[in-house]
Amino acid sequence: MNLKRKGTYMKIKWVTLAILSTIVNVLSGCESLAVLDPKGPQAQTQANVIWLSIAIMAVIVIVVCAILVFVLTKYRDSKLPKDYEPPYIEGNHVVETIIVGVPILIVIFFSVVSVISNNKVEATPEGYKGQDPLVIYASSSDWKWHFSYPENDIETVNYLYIPTNRPLEFKLYSFGPITSFWIPQLGGQKYAMSNMVTTLHLAADESGEMMGRNANFSGKGFAENMFHVEAMSQDKFDEWVKEVKETAKPITEVRFNELLKPGHEGQLTFTGTHLNFSPAPEGENAGHHHGSSDSNANSKGEHMEHDHKSSNSKEKSVHNHE
Amino acid sequence: MGFFSRFLIPNPSPVIYSSMVAIGVTVLLIIVGLTHFKKWFFLWSGWLTTVDHKRIGIMYLISALLMLFRGGVDAVMMRAQLAVPDNKLLDSQHYNEVFSTHGVVMILFMAMPYIMALMNFVVPLQIGARDVAFPRLNAVSFWLFFMGAMLFNISFVIGGSPDAGWTSYFPLAGNEFSPHVGTNYYMIGIQIAGIGTLMTGINFLTTILKMRAPGMTLMKMPMFTWSALVTSIIIIFAFPVLTVALIMGTMDRLFATKFFTMTDGGMDMLWANLFWVWGHPEVYILILPAFGLFSEIIPTFSRRNLYGYRSMVASMVFISIYSFFVWTHHFFTMGQAAYVNSIFSITTMVIAIPTGIKIFNWLFTMWKGRIRFTVPMLYSIGFIPLFTIGGVTGVMLAMSAADYQYHNTMFLVAHFHNVIIPGVVFAVLGAGTYYWPKMFGFMLNERIGKWAFWFLTIGFCLAFFPMYITGLDGQARRMYTYSESTGFGPLNMISFIGAALMAISFVLIVYTIYYSIRHAPRDVSDDPWDARSLEWATHNPVPEYNFAIIPQVNSRETFWDAKYKGHELFKGDYEKIHMPNNSGGPFILSCIFFVFGFALVFSIWFLAIIGLIGIFVCMAHRSFEIDHGHYISVEEIIETEAKFGGVNKWK
Repeated sequence: MNLKRKGTYMKIKWVTLAILSTIVNVLSGCESLAVLDPKGPQAQTQANVIWLSIAIMAVIVIVVCAILVFVLTKYRDSKLPKDYEPPYIEGNHVVETIIVGVPILIVIFFSVVSVISNNKVEATPEGYKGQDPLVIYASSSDWKWHFSYPENDIETVNYLYIPTNRPLEFKLYSFGPITSFWIPQLGGQKYAMSNMVTTLHLAADESGEMMGRNANFSGKGFAENMFHVEAMSQDKFDEWVKEVKETAKPITEVRFNELLKPGHEGQLTFTGTHLNFSPAPEGENAGHHHGSSDSNANSKGEHMEHDHKSSNSKEKSVHNHE
Repeated sequence: MGFFSRFLIPNPSPVIYSSMVAIGVTVLLIIVGLTHFKKWFFLWSGWLTTVDHKRIGIMYLISALLMLFRGGVDAVMMRAQLAVPDNKLLDSQHYNEVFSTHGVVMILFMAMPYIMALMNFVVPLQIGARDVAFPRLNAVSFWLFFMGAMLFNISFVIGGSPDAGWTSYFPLAGNEFSPHVGTNYYMIGIQIAGIGTLMTGINFLTTILKMRAPGMTLMKMPMFTWSALVTSIIIIFAFPVLTVALIMGTMDRLFATKFFTMTDGGMDMLWANLFWVWGHPEVYILILPAFGLFSEIIPTFSRRNLYGYRSMVASMVFISIYSFFVWTHHFFTMGQAAYVNSIFSITTMVIAIPTGIKIFNWLFTMWKGRIRFTVPMLYSIGFIPLFTIGGVTGVMLAMSAADYQYHNTMFLVAHFHNVIIPGVVFAVLGAGTYYWPKMFGFMLNERIGKWAFWFLTIGFCLAFFPMYITGLDGQARRMYTYSESTGFGPLNMISFIGAALMAISFVLIVYTIYYSIRHAPRDVSDDPWDARSLEWATHNPVPEYNFAIIPQVNSRETFWDAKYKGHELFKGDYEKIHMPNNSGGPFILSCIFFVFGFALVFSIWFLAIIGLIGIFVCMAHRSFEIDHGHYISVEEIIETEAKFGGVNKWK
């Protein structure tokens, strides 16, 4: 009996040790996981929320497991005296208040965290307020990403150069299925859809190369639907823009329509942006508007919120898609 | 040529051709077998035309096991493809089809019918009824489900499988990006099965409200019946949304309407919203009955009453209402304003509270109990910690800011498998073992069953825990391959090993059934587990009429009281019993539905019109049919009861 108990004890000890060492290993490995290795303020906010929730949730899991192990070891049939008859227990107000009250407190706490972090990631990153953001239009087509820099009047395909220490405002939309623009180390993702433009606020704190991809399944070429991201100082960025303007060819409507066809492309660079002849579906160009056609005047560069009611103009974006 | 070429597979592969051969051979073997052993009449009169809730339950169970096999093969193929970087086992198109069908099959054609199997079999017994309120409608429900599932399943050998994911988001699922018929199968197969489910909801709501044994007030109902009641209500509110969404999707694909298109004012976001307005309650349609099953198993094997009955009921009702207010959390990243995300973030987290209450109630049910480690109890015990992990990761996902990082990644995949497998699959496997003697009159082998449990649990942990990590490292879901430089390789290999262990566990489960059919003793008593609720007061297997005399209920655990506290369960004498007649109607109607659905999938209009007329003819026939059922005489009852070894033991 004693031996058996000792055996069980040893077993529990080894299991605990194994679990602990696994946790330690996993946690130390986490440093290198993309999402937990942020390179910008938004990703930092998200990583903080993730770490905080992992910590509190781990406590909950441990409490539940501890109660379970206690109950299972103490009240197993083989360990109880033969004449033990379990009591009839309807419930207990104190216990029930605790098991309702504690989760409520936790949820209230998390609600506060969630609302705060929510508003953080949906606005210009903290510490970058007041700066003029660099607006980049990121549009997807099967299975590429087109990056238009209206401010610099250049466009790239499948690669994204960004200046550090400047707020970035991505305007996302799609020429096909719903896609999701995601650079894990800069911040969470957001959908790019046809018919409307969504906005994602990001910023990069340090220079370096990163992986960006479409995270939302979009058909055959989805797995390879990635892009290369490089953050660099403003000076280097300006240099790059200058170089592009000197060397790249202008984007034409014909060339752009070719690019929209399903398939994969390498990294391409153009001067000008497709927004000039194919404006993004925002403002009066948004998808859900009907009525007379008037101007498709400069929507580029303007920070227009999409508005479902305001405009009477005809949709423009759709003409570009066969 | 033009007519027949539509039935070809657009993306054939050797695997698909060999499945075609396998399906052909199996069908042939079944036909030859039935003819050789002269079982056609038995099949028709005993099963195809039955309206008996127990037989319908068993047919649901068989279908669910078949679909578990199908969905499981899909799962193993996916994990095998991803086990190593740059794998060439499946190409992109094939992988897309595999994960799309895996999702649909597992949720709608495995988990749902498994739950339906247990609801059908157990609920009328638990409330002391002779059948459900509308037995023939019940048969229609089953056969519509079955035909819908079969229609969906033939897609991979005729015309091509759906390839837009189980969520089938437009515009990807529209004609432009998914031109072959796969998504038609999705729209119409699920529609047909969904109509069946909706009718099941109505049927069980009526049954539970109107047909409880005398004395069983709502607050004396067993917990599984409560969960079935709540589930039925969710079904009635949620499934019409799916029906409408699928009709709109079908119209878009077949009749060029513009609900979800990119052009002409269509709105792709509308599909996502409608899908999840149904889809999230659907999660609770699956999990609440599972909770109900655990609430039956845990008290039985703890030899104690269920702790906190009232809070269990209250939390379930609360969950059912709240399940309709959280759907937006499936697309926090769609670009709605921060305050919208905040609201849905909070409503989602709030659901964790009633769920937490339930977890603690189960723990306190075991506390001071007398715990026996049987197979059903092992599944229930395994469920608690694993489901808690799934639940807390759910709260993590509910924090919308962080969800921008989890969304569409393997983290999400890990989370929902982490709730559905320990939640639903453990529940139905445990309850399947628990109710097996009730269904078939013999027990499943415990030793093999325990092996299966351990393989499943360890396999599950190995398969899904690594995904949390790869998700945080940027592995998006639904990628058919990844390069070696990503570093996802080793963890995906562990996942594959886990999936293989789970596959072994499935084989063991099938082997347990086979072994027990061959070797298990048939003289199992009526109450082999020393259970507490009414379904155990009748014989194993259950006679056609369920209870020779309708039981009198005095408490939440009437049967326990009858066994140990001298409650008189069966009062009075035998009387003749009124039972519904069998009918071929539901089966024939559903076959016509199958033809109708098939015709729609391939746009064969003349056949669709004939099918539609056939459906209306069947319904008209039913309207004018006079069928008052039949009576079982007292002599017959006495004879049957004697055969089961003793009349009314609990009297």
